[in-house]
Amino acid sequence: MVTRLWLYLNSSIVKKQIMGFTGLFWCIFLTGHLAGNSLLFIGPEAFNTYAYKLTSNKALFYTAEFVLLFFFISHLAMAMKLTIENKIARPDGYYMKQATGRGSTFASSTMPYTGLIILVFVITHLLHFRFGPVYMITHSGVEMRDVYRVLVEYFQSPLAVGWYIFCIAAVGVHTSHGLWSAFQSLGFSHPRYTPAVSCISKIYGAIIFLGFSALAIFCYLQGGN
Amino acid sequence: MSNEKLLSLNLKIWRQKGNKEKGEMVDYRLEGVSTDSSFLEMLDLLNEQLVEKGDDPVAFDHDCREGICGMCSLMINGQAHGPEKETTTCQLHMRKFEDGDTIVIEPWRAKAFPVLKDLMVDRGALDDIMAAGGYVNVNTGNAPDANEILIGKESADLAMDAAACIGCAACVASCKNASAMLFTSAKISQLALLPQGQVEREQRVINMVEKMDELGFGNCTNEAECEASCPKGIDISNIARMNREYIKAITKTRS
Ligand code: SF4
Ligand code: FES
Repeated sequence: MVTRLWLYLNSSIVKKQIMGFTGLFWCIFLTGHLAGNSLLFIGPEAFNTYAYKLTSNKALFYTAEFVLLFFFISHLAMAMKLTIENKIARPDGYYMKQATGRGSTFASSTMPYTGLIILVFVITHLLHFRFGPVYMITHSGVEMRDVYRVLVEYFQSPLAVGWYIFCIAAVGVHTSHGLWSAFQSLGFSHPRYTPAVSCISKIYGAIIFLGFSALAIFCYLQGGN
Repeated sequence: MSNEKLLSLNLKIWRQKGNKEKGEMVDYRLEGVSTDSSFLEMLDLLNEQLVEKGDDPVAFDHDCREGICGMCSLMINGQAHGPEKETTTCQLHMRKFEDGDTIVIEPWRAKAFPVLKDLMVDRGALDDIMAAGGYVNVNTGNAPDANEILIGKESADLAMDAAACIGCAACVASCKNASAMLFTSAKISQLALLPQGQVEREQRVINMVEKMDELGFGNCTNEAECEASCPKGIDISNIARMNREYIKAITKTRS
């Protein structure tokens, strides 16, 4: 029984379904993250209060963090395992190899590279914000962390804005292929809906890129306040 | 009306004496290739000249030369079966090339496909996948009446599309991961879509996928280069069907 289960988990199909499932989970998180962070546009009070509410139930907050981390590491570890296995599957490469132009895309063929950029990005992102400076502020009589200030201060450097937009572009490209890919791996394919899924996937990537970039630029423009 | 022209070509061909030997790319100059000839006829011409000179002719796989047997298998200028969409190497014509072109010709490359000689590889791994489950059990005795088993038009069409796979392995060759999922999914789909394939349905997908993994093929990353190089236009929706079948099977079977 256990060996059977192990065999199934190690099958080429379940492995890519794990990639798809964990990736899809992160896509859902990113949507919420973008929606929540859009409160930045409204002002410090709205944004800080949102961040405060999100983190005030410590048990829930740490559980959510743990789940996110778990899915992230599963996705990353599986990606590394698959990449190594796939290299082994073709020990002698081609003298000449050309894409047909009818199949793979820029996004699909750069998944491991955009993935690596995202890895570096997520680590620096956490260091800058999650574990960044702690300023306190009082809104409507409640003392809370002034995350708004952390963001605005960080994005005062054009270099920080540039690096952020570069990384977010990688996230956008990665998800523009990844979202569709997850559906395909999980076995969802239908002549009526699949073209829509692939189109939504590209739009999703574009929204992620434009949305988060706009936030960074907005923070930059708040300079001095 | 034939607008025949003669081409002079520079060929770069992978030469390897045997499975254990080391191979290398060798340059050949070939004159007087008719634009009306097929790609394999061009290689025949080269081989005639090599034999005349007392050299070893280039070994390559072929049989029907009309796009139905799946034996021909060349990586041409870095593309499986060459640049034409839905065209096998044997159906590729020299009029697609220009005078003075350099053409790089290599065998399929995958751990599961050892090179036998020059451009010939052992594709027995695909037979092993078939043997693991690509069959149905039928009663012996009198032939059943035609149309005794009713099959919906849509299922029949989809099964027919999947059954068009000729087992050439261009999908494996063009995949950057050397994955055999397009081939395997075509075979699984063809049988899963028909009433005759229902008895072994779950065990089939489990066994065939297990065999495919065991033989050392890579993992699919949904790039769709397989579909793009497939001479029979097998669709990657077959891979999605296999993914679905697999999940259903491992949750349903009790063994
Ligand atoms: S799926 Fe297409 S490319 Fe792959 S073996 Fe079948 S016919 Fe050849
Ligand atoms: S030789 Fe038969 S398909 Fe090309």
